[in-house]
Amino acid sequence: MDDRLQLLLDSFWPIVWGGITGTIPLALISFAIGIVIALVIALMRLSKNRVLSGIARVYISIIRGTPLLVQLFVIFYGLPTIGWVINPWPSAVIAFSLNVGGYAAEVIRAAILSVPKGQWEAGYTIGMSSTQTLRRIILPQAARVAVPPLSNTFISLVKDTSLASVILVTELFRVAQNIAAFSSEFLIVYMEAGLVYWLICLVLSSGQGRLEKRLDRYVAH
Amino acid sequence: MSPTDDALLAVSGLRKSFGENEVLHSIDLEVRRGEVVVLIGPSGSGKTTVLRSLNGLETPDAGVVAFAHGPSVDFSQPVSKAERDSLRNRSAMVFQQHNLFPHRTVLENVIEGPVQVQRVRRADAVSQAEALLERVGLAEKRDAYPHELSGGQQQRVGIVRALALKPDLLLFDEPTSALDPELVGDVLGVMKGLADEGWTMVVVTHELSFARQVADEVLFMDGGVIVERGAPAQLFTAPTHERTRKFLDRILRPLD
Ligand SMILES: Nc1ncnc2c1ncn2[C@@H]1O[C@H](COP(=O)(O)OP(=O)(O)OP(=O)(O)O)[C@@H](O)[C@H]1O
Ligand SMILES: [Mg+2]
Repeated sequence: MDDRLQLLLDSFWPIVWGGITGTIPLALISFAIGIVIALVIALMRLSKNRVLSGIARVYISIIRGTPLLVQLFVIFYGLPTIGWVINPWPSAVIAFSLNVGGYAAEVIRAAILSVPKGQWEAGYTIGMSSTQTLRRIILPQAARVAVPPLSNTFISLVKDTSLASVILVTELFRVAQNIAAFSSEFLIVYMEAGLVYWLICLVLSSGQGRLEKRLDRYVAH
Repeated sequence: MSPTDDALLAVSGLRKSFGENEVLHSIDLEVRRGEVVVLIGPSGSGKTTVLRSLNGLETPDAGVVAFAHGPSVDFSQPVSKAERDSLRNRSAMVFQQHNLFPHRTVLENVIEGPVQVQRVRRADAVSQAEALLERVGLAEKRDAYPHELSGGQQQRVGIVRALALKPDLLLFDEPTSALDPELVGDVLGVMKGLADEGWTMVVVTHELSFARQVADEVLFMDGGVIVERGAPAQLFTAPTHERTRKFLDRILRPLD
């Protein structure tokens, strides 16, 4: 019993450290890039140009219709066979960014469409271009609508980064796997890893609540 | 057709279809500087479509919209987006649903166009906006968000937002029809004040008392054509067309 308690305490910081140096930066960087991709895809999807919207539609369909693990393997194990060797970390970032790009694109598209048409026209009538109107009038209002679902996307991403362990990225779960293999205490160590993910998600959820409140400032209730 | 001497705007042969449905059949109209033109007519007659065409929010299928000293856009030819949008340099629209930016304060709503589009210095835009808000009795609301205002106050901010652009022509699309009756007067009062000051306006409204007091010319539209036009005294008291008379009857005596 004491040995196990000791193991639990001894492994806690290494696992948390794996989260701080692996999981969290991996999730943050992938999410940031993913949101940019998603915005571009959403705008392409909304464009009147059939080629652009077609490309966006296919992209979203592929991302949502294939497992993230498969996407990760294609990039890390598949691409080297045609001469593109990508290291574990960048491979993970690429796979997660593309994945977020596909899921968040639909969220952003719906959020943009939720802003009343009159807001575009108000932008136009004061002389703004469509780009200016999008940036200054539409996106800030769409952001309010998009924040709750995008926060959920982010929280899912934090958990999905555990998949990076299979391409040997040192992150929270990979650290836990090493400790578990070394000590053979699978139950304790994996439950501990789960606990740390859960703590991270609790912190993120409270941040989500605060962000939503801030964005709600200008809305009547 | 180019505008005559004191004309600000000349529109001729304006046509517009939505799919199979032709909603404007050759609209001609002229607006002189300082004049108030009121557009009346039943629902679906095309009033909003005319206003939107003047502001480049709608692309007509044919016809010319020509402002004195330009731009003059001939929609019978292929028209670029930039050409169509250039119409907005001369006019600004006040919408029925005000369409204020909900994420911006009153002041930010008003200075957005001057600062972002016209590149006016922020400090100048702010002091001009404050003066305009003062004029419509909303000086103390400058830092409020639109949802904190009454409908009448929102619409007055909508008017100030348009005024701040210093357009040559103000377009109003039923600015009071979404308002509670007791708030209508404030907004019409502001509009009358603007007319007295010499602003050129095209107003779509069902407020016949406003038309009677303020309009220089009233146009009656029905089924996508201007059926009849004239000074309010003449058009309201002695309409020459049966359709005009029927419409006025329905508005003045809705229960008969
Ligand atoms: N974007 C659109 N697509 C299809 N039809 C449209 C569109 N906008 C207007 N219409 C049609 O064009 C006709 C004229 O509409 P418009 O809004 O100009 O009328 P209106 O005189 O302003 O009516 P109201 O008094 O109800 O505001 C109507 O039959 C309307 O259904
Ligand atoms: Mg209308």
